[in-house]
Amino acid sequence: MNATLIGQLITFAVLVWFINHFLWEPITGMLENRKKRIADGLAAGEKGRHELELAEKRAVDQIKKAKGQANEIISQAQRRAGEIVEEGKENARAEGDRLLVAARAVIDQEMQQAREQLKSEVAGLAVTGAEQILLREVNRAAHKDILDKLAAQL
Amino acid sequence: MSESVGSDDPVGYIQHHLTNLTVGEGFWTLNIDTLFFGWLIGGLLVFLAWRVGRNLDPGKPTGVQNLLEGILEFVDRMVKDIFPVTNPLIGPLALTVFMWAFLMNAMDLIPVDLLPTIARHLGVHYLKVVPTTDPNATLGMSIMVFALVVYYNIKVKGLVGYIKTFLTHPFGIWLFPINIVMTLSEELAKPLSLGLRLFGNLFAGELVFLLVALLPWWIQFIPGGAWAIFHILIITLQAFIFMVLTIMYLALAHQSQDGH
Repeated sequence: MNATLIGQLITFAVLVWFINHFLWEPITGMLENRKKRIADGLAAGEKGRHELELAEKRAVDQIKKAKGQANEIISQAQRRAGEIVEEGKENARAEGDRLLVAARAVIDQEMQQAREQLKSEVAGLAVTGAEQILLREVNRAAHKDILDKLAAQL
Repeated sequence: MSESVGSDDPVGYIQHHLTNLTVGEGFWTLNIDTLFFGWLIGGLLVFLAWRVGRNLDPGKPTGVQNLLEGILEFVDRMVKDIFPVTNPLIGPLALTVFMWAFLMNAMDLIPVDLLPTIARHLGVHYLKVVPTTDPNATLGMSIMVFALVVYYNIKVKGLVGYIKTFLTHPFGIWLFPINIVMTLSEELAKPLSLGLRLFGNLFAGELVFLLVALLPWWIQFIPGGAWAIFHILIITLQAFIFMVLTIMYLALAHQSQDGH
């Protein structure tokens, strides 16, 4: 053993100081940062996954709601269509009735007219017939009440 | 190269290889080769640490940064597993011990005659390439560790508490003369065993390489290759053991008396 020992002691101390200052501290600091960054990244990933899950759930809800609404709208429309058809039928029936009534009225009127005409024609024919039967001119004025009675009986 | 020396005088060849390049006399002798290669490898570590530590890329680590990150995390996990409290010095200390010891051990894998032969042509006649085959290098590290052990013992237990462990450990206060001897030898054995274990293993490894180098050149690759492959395990394991024991001793120093 000799003074080399002292040289090596000093060398060792310097080395330890240097390694500590220029390698250990920077690397441990960096490793710590990296650990934190990875943890943050994982947490962010987890959060993103969670949000995606929520969004998916929300989307499913929305679709379900939309389907429900669509169904409601369709059934409403169907009901409305039924109503419209029913209304149309009702209207048509009413219109038909109205037309029927009007037609009847017209028929009645025309029948009346025809009857009137017939009456007057029959009266004329009767008068003519009576004239021809009597071969003599009958006094129309004298017998008017009889003729009218006849005509009324027709 | 080696045959000329080795075949003539095997003992002389081995002794020559195990002699340090020195300046000075007595205690104040300096082993230039140990210091030079220790500094060279330390310089390599400093350069790597500076290069990588300055340009850290947190997003896409590549190459040397990956390697150092891996080693650092391994050491850090080990320190955290063993250590009862947090001490910011222990991690860098253990990391330095591991990397420096490993790289100094790894010098053993360079062919034993290569660097000494080059040095001889440059006029340097003695060269021991592996710093950890010099007890000065290994004890240098272990004594520094021991100094830290004593420092933290006093810091955690207090000077009185630390002295009390010498008096009361392991047999209680009434046998304090025996306790002092036991604890003192236990404490002193720590740096000695720590440093000499590393030195012994690497010295023996170097010796085997030298013995292999004495064989005829055409057969050397079989025992030499086998030993080199096995030696990769030894240099890693010895560096690892040195680091783990460093952490262990310092962890013990941080425990209060009752946990001791």
